[in-house]
Parts: sequence; structure tokens; C-alpha cells
Amino acid sequence: MPIHDQGYRHYGGQRSAPGRRWAVIARAGVRTMFSKRAFIGLLLLSWLPFFVRAVQIYISTSVPQAAALVQVTPATFKDFLEQQSIWVFFITVYVGAGLIANDRRANALQIYLSKPLTRVEYMFGKLAILMGFLLLVTGVPGLMLLVLQILFTGELTFFRENLHLLPAITLFSVIQALTFSSTMLALSSLSKSSRYVAILYAAVIFMSQAIYGVLRQVTGDTNVAWVSLPANMTQVGSAIFRVPLQYKTPWPVSLTVLAGLILASAVVLERRVRGVEIVT
Amino acid sequence: MPELDPVVSLENVTVMYGSQAALRDVSTVFPGGAVGLLGPNGAGKSSMIKSLLGLIVPSRGRMRVLGLDVAHAALQIRARVGYMPETDSHIPGMNAVSFVSYCGELAGLPRVDALQRAHEVLFYVGLGEARYRNVETYSSGMKQRIKLAQALVHDPDLVFLDEPTNGMDPKGRDEMLDLVRDLALAKNVNVIVSSHLLPDIEYTCNHVVVMDKGQIATAGPIAGLKGPQGRVFELRFKIPAAAGMSPIAGMSAAAGTSVGARTPVTFDSFLERMRLAGLECHATEDDVMRVFVPGEGGARDIFAIAAAERVQIRHLRPSVPTLEDVFARAVGED
Repeated sequence: MPIHDQGYRHYGGQRSAPGRRWAVIARAGVRTMFSKRAFIGLLLLSWLPFFVRAVQIYISTSVPQAAALVQVTPATFKDFLEQQSIWVFFITVYVGAGLIANDRRANALQIYLSKPLTRVEYMFGKLAILMGFLLLVTGVPGLMLLVLQILFTGELTFFRENLHLLPAITLFSVIQALTFSSTMLALSSLSKSSRYVAILYAAVIFMSQAIYGVLRQVTGDTNVAWVSLPANMTQVGSAIFRVPLQYKTPWPVSLTVLAGLILASAVVLERRVRGVEIVT
Repeated sequence: MPELDPVVSLENVTVMYGSQAALRDVSTVFPGGAVGLLGPNGAGKSSMIKSLLGLIVPSRGRMRVLGLDVAHAALQIRARVGYMPETDSHIPGMNAVSFVSYCGELAGLPRVDALQRAHEVLFYVGLGEARYRNVETYSSGMKQRIKLAQALVHDPDLVFLDEPTNGMDPKGRDEMLDLVRDLALAKNVNVIVSSHLLPDIEYTCNHVVVMDKGQIATAGPIAGLKGPQGRVFELRFKIPAAAGMSPIAGMSAAAGTSVGARTPVTFDSFLERMRLAGLECHATEDDVMRVFVPGEGGARDIFAIAAAERVQIRHLRPSVPTLEDVFARAVGED
């Protein structure tokens, strides 16, 4: 049809059933991020530790003399995931700060929620974007390291002896991604400025660690590690990977704190993500 | 014309913002076609639309859209409804095609279909040449058009347009109103236009719901609300010198001149004569009177009285009531 003849026509095609619109939001979010060169650069940088670890695993399996120095143990995988925390932080800030804040700035929430999707779907879609990228720099390379270990040794001995590693890498990555994603989303829903959200998030992370540092100096004890978000994550990670705990705080307490943070974030999101902002 | 059954109905709907009532026990129906939702700012128009979309939960009452209960089938309703919000709204970082296509996907269209329809509706609303520009660089008028495009991309049965001509220049405004008319008349899409601009409603709609202070002031077909045409007349007359004694004879009746007369014909006596004949006369701000002729009578009655009183009719034409009259009457303004 010539362009000048194109007008409004009725649509007679298929429509998808409600319930899967979160995937549309997630796909669009991922596409938007991959269209940014700076983000691709950040993503590539975040994979550098993976290549270093891959070389370590290669050397430990192919050079017996070096095996004692660069021995691969379950702690290797936990250490790798902890090392990725810095990249988790940067990606959370880069991707997450504007996820809801930008929509609020552009009044996009009323557009979203006037479509056949629920608030939960909207939030889940946004969460999926950030969680997806965080898993891409934690769980995915972590599992790939495990596969590389099997491929380089050519046997399943290490894997069989450490069967818990597969679920441990998966579980810890998911807990890490879920905690940081939900916290960032909640903060993002509080403001229309992504910069302000980024500063707020950094403050939450670093302030909690600073408060823990002060309390530890005062009490001379690591029992108060539960006030620090990174310390709680480390503590839960140690429990999942079955390595010695780093702090005296019981790991169930740390897990409860993380669960509380996720719950609090959900409450904030429930109150802030609305099609109509009512000021009374 | 689109369906004639009510597309929207409200029964005793009350919407509260804290202790402030936005809608007070509202009951009304919106028939198919183009319906205007008219009222001053703060009358509750936007609150009503947002309630019908399920974005605001009313504290009392029942609402139905396209035969579906808003309380239980909000998602099904939103799949069949388009909404053009009043305020500037877009998805950040997208060009027009991506934005409209994305909205289509959110409404349930497959990706390829959504993209195709995005191009079509962008041409339809007049943004064809600018469809690859980032929406954030658009002018106010273009943003109005893109909001209409995103509301139409999934081919809704009903479109809510909240102040569609906000911030548009005269040419753009006319084009937007033509689009709204075309949607309702040629494309069989039911349209509810919320506006405080009476000419916009009068041009695009055949039915109106007038709101004031959270309540329905009046509702019905615009033609019916205006009342029967041809029975109200604008009148200007002159009492000639021969008929009276005043040296200033000739000033208009509406100016309130009374003229002494041989028999004595005066302004007041002429009005009294018309009132006795059952005609209602009202002065207006302009230089004319409004005369209501009841029953089957018409201009002939006025001429007859004027002839009997030897008064010259200088101007007589049927008065066409405007929607402004309807609105003013409904909200109790003079």
C-alpha cells in the first residue's frame, strides 16, 4: 500500500494472553542497555576476573607443579563470586538507578498501567532486567568456571566430590541478585532522578558497612556484622558454600536481614508503583 | 456509527482522595460514538477516567466498561481500551516507532504486528516523517499526537482522550479534533473526550456529560440539551418617531430605551404586550434581545405584535443555543 494511503485500520490478528507482559518489559530493558556502548564496556570489564580464574583453573589442571599454588577448591568459586561484588555494585547502579525513576520522570507509569498488565508484572519486568544482568556477571561465569574445571581435567572427580557447588553457585547468585535488585528498585521508585537514586544506593551500601566498622571498633566483636549489607551477603555465601564463617553473626540472622530487606523493598514498591500519584 | 448500547456506565460511584471527594455518588451512562466529558478544572473528569481504567479504586459504587465490570475485569477492559493521558507521558530513551510498537506489545500484540501497526498509526496521527526521532525531542503538539498513537496502536474499541488538544497550536488543534472526529465517525471507534474546552466537545461529540464539583450536572445528546431550534429568536427593534414622541427614537431595544408614544408605545409597553401574548423576553449583553416563542408559534407572532404596535423589526433571526449555554445552565452560571 502506498504510504499516502496508509491510515487507521482495524487489527484482526492474535493477541497474547495477559500474564506474560513482564517479558516484554524485560526484553525492551535489555535491548536498551545493550544499545549503550558504555554499558557493553562495563560488562566486558566485569568478565575479566572470569578469564583470570579460567587461567588459574587451566594451570592447576595442566601444570602439576603449580597445582599447590593455584589449587582449585570450593572456596575458589565463593571467592570469585565475592570478587564480582564490585561489578555487581557498578552494574546495579548503572542499570538499576533509572529503571523506575526514569519512568516516574517521564510519567510513563500511567502509560504502562493503562495497558493490560498488573503492577506486579511491571515490577517483575523491571526486576528481571537488573537480575538478568547481575546473574550475567555472577551466576553465569561462576557456572562456566565449574564447566571449565571439568573440561580442563577431563574427569568428574572434583565435581562429584563437591556436588553442592552447582546449587551453591546458583543459589548464592540468585540471593545476591535478588537482594541488590529489589533494594535498588525500591530506591528507584522513591525519586524521579536516577542520579539521586545512585547516590542513595551507594549511601545504603557504604553507610551500612561504615556503621558496622564503627560498631566493631567499639565492641571489638564481629557479632554486629548484621548491620552491614555486604557482610550479611558474605556470611550467607560462606554458609551456602560450606566454608568457615567470616563473622560471629549467625548466618540465619544474616539471611533474615537480607529477607527483611527484600520484603521492605516489596512494600516500598507496592506503595510507590501506581498509575496515579495521589497527594492528599 | 459505533455501537449504540452504553459503552460505559457508572452506578453511585464515589472516589475519595483522603477526605476529599473527587466523585460524589456519580451515576451516568456513556453511549457509543463520540461522547464529551465536559467540566471545569477539578470537576472530576480525569478521576472518572482513571477509575474506569482501574487505576483508582472507588470507595463505593459499580462501573462497567464495554459490558465488563471494572472491579473484576480491569485487565480485559484495558486490553480493549486506549488511554491518552492529560500530562506528557512517554517511555524514556525511545524513538516514536519503538515507543508505539512497545505499547502495542504491552497491549498483547505480537512484536511484528506491533511494529507494523506502530508505523501505520504514526502516519495516521501525522508523525510519519518524525517517527524515528526520540520522543523526548518532540514539541508539545507532537507529544499530544504520539500519546494518541500509543492509545490506538492495539486497535481499541474505546478510547479515553484526556484533554487531547492541550498545548497545541490552532492548526494542530484543528487536526487533532479532525482525527478524533474521524475515529468516531469513520473508524467506528468509541471515543470519550474529556475537556474543559466547549468548542472541542461541540465539534467532535454528539453526546455530552457535564460534570461539576464531582457530580454530574447534566448529560444527554448535545442537540437535545441545546433545546429545540428556531423557537428562540434574537430580536432588535425600533420604535419610529411616528409611533412615539421621543427624539431619540431608534436606539435599540436591548439598550433599554423607552420611548413615549402617541398611543403611548414605549419600550416597556411593547415588552409587556409580548409578554401578554405569552412570549418570554430577555435582554442580553449584546445589542439584541432573546425572545422565546412557546408552542407552535414563531417569527410570525413577533411580527404580528410589532405590526399591531407599529414597531419596526430591524433584526430577527432564530437563536442557536450553544453548548456554552448548556454548560452555564448546568453548572449554575449566568
